[in-house]
Amino acid sequence: MSEPARTPSRRARLWRRLDAWSYAAVLSTLGGAAMVLLALPTVIVLVTSFTSAATLRFPPPGFSTQWYRALVLASPEIVDAALVSLQVAAVATAAATVLATSAAIAIDASASRWARVADTMLMSPLLLPGLALALGLLLTFSLLDMRLSMTTLIIGHTVICCPFILRTTLASLAQIDRVLAECSSSLGAGALFTFAHVTFPLARGGIGAGAFIAFMASFDNVAISLFLADAHSEVLPIRLWDLIENLLDVRAAAASGVLIVTTIVLMVVMERLTGLSRYVR
Amino acid sequence: MPGPSGSAAVAAPAAAAAAATPRRRLRVRLGRPWLALPLLAFFLVFVALPVLVLVAVGISGPDGLTLVHVHRFLTDGLSLPVLGRTLMLGLATAAVALVLGYPLALLFVSASPRLQRLLILLIVLPLLTSAVVRTFAWVVILGRQGLVNETLTGLGLVGGPVALLYTEPMLILTLAQIELPLMTLPIISALSAIDPRLTEASAALGAGRWRTLLLVVVPLSLPGVIAGVLLVFAAACGALVTQSIVGGGRLLFMPMYIYQQGMQGQNWPFAATISLMLLISVLAVVALLNMAGRLATRHLHV
Repeated sequence: MSEPARTPSRRARLWRRLDAWSYAAVLSTLGGAAMVLLALPTVIVLVTSFTSAATLRFPPPGFSTQWYRALVLASPEIVDAALVSLQVAAVATAAATVLATSAAIAIDASASRWARVADTMLMSPLLLPGLALALGLLLTFSLLDMRLSMTTLIIGHTVICCPFILRTTLASLAQIDRVLAECSSSLGAGALFTFAHVTFPLARGGIGAGAFIAFMASFDNVAISLFLADAHSEVLPIRLWDLIENLLDVRAAAASGVLIVTTIVLMVVMERLTGLSRYVR
Repeated sequence: MPGPSGSAAVAAPAAAAAAATPRRRLRVRLGRPWLALPLLAFFLVFVALPVLVLVAVGISGPDGLTLVHVHRFLTDGLSLPVLGRTLMLGLATAAVALVLGYPLALLFVSASPRLQRLLILLIVLPLLTSAVVRTFAWVVILGRQGLVNETLTGLGLVGGPVALLYTEPMLILTLAQIELPLMTLPIISALSAIDPRLTEASAALGAGRWRTLLLVVVPLSLPGVIAGVLLVFAAACGALVTQSIVGGGRLLFMPMYIYQQGMQGQNWPFAATISLMLLISVLAVVALLNMAGRLATRHLHV
């Protein structure tokens, strides 16, 4: 009596084991491949930047710091481009932080339909093709009779910075209990005092994380800079692009090494300060 | 798409509300609608107006309005294939990124909290690293003396270096790697939001791993998948630097086409037309995918 009942159950158990095994195998193969793919390029650039050769051979035949020395000592054009990029990213991020934080406060407080419309419109630069937006801005500036300068460059970068800060600030504002601000008001605090002592400290993580992501996005942007920079303000990514495309110069590896290490350090610091990773999901 | 009518409609109630709200309520509610006005005005001038100017320049000729540029785009036999190739590149990149990113997201949500903290940094790092740097890494990997070619020749599998750079499949792989975080992060947040009791119930009712994945987990995470696909698609279509460095001069895509016609050819009306075509196509695909996502998740009642 028990025999015919056990046979299908044994087959079912085998089937179940195969199911679990194949699931784990496929998942870890593809997921593992994704992890390797995520880390590999970073590692390869770092290793290549210490090559002793004059080509981008991998693995390098030997190691030296010559390309870092060449970068620091004999590449004023790369250093200048980096300074322009830093300046543009800093000013654009600062401007975008003020604009986007105040807008986020208004959108968060409003339950009306217009808030959602505004939200969609303010996020649009994330989906619009960058080069189309850049060309539109260039044509608009010439229509407004504005010559290309640092100002036009910074305006363009501010546009692409705003959505990042708006998104993270809205996320952190949504987690604040409304009662806190109401308590502050009912105890007699003004709007500014409440913002400075209640809302801002609680939203600081979101604002900081957004500002950091926006800064990196601006520092990395090519499309806007390609159309809106004047002849004197070449930004770093375009300089590096030139270096990679035309010369396959190993200094590009050293510059990339500096950028990667800086990014990692900043990312870890910002993770500690703002809980960055909570805001990118 | 940002439009002037929408923005005006947005601005008016904001001003009205600020004027009409009683003083007492203003003190209680910190957020005042007018706080959004500076940013709305800024976007009106520097996002909505530029899109309008693109339209205006694209359809204007020496003797008033003309569709000659649009006509040229549709009939010159070069522009439409470039547009098609760009959209296909975006879709193929999104597909590869999805195949890699979904399992990665599944692994992430099943990992321990400590491992998660490490993994999230691994996923976010490429997002914050300059795209030029990430593209450069692939030049080193795929070049004639790069990692892949040195390995293949070292193993004696090929006689000489294989051409990997400047091919479309490698461009798709590179872009998929570069945009992988944009795919993975929204899927992670969608997967984290799934009630674990649902998968437990599925297992208790006798469903295996695959069945649970296909019938419970995947449908519930579809909003995240759609968001990831949209972001990767839009990013891959506009990835000028990667398209140009890894794709090379032979493979022409829309962003470089805009740059060539505008900056190099000084043909602003045609460059504006190309930009508009790209913008409309990307937004159309985004809208279609959104609609497909809504249709697919319509039956969910969780």
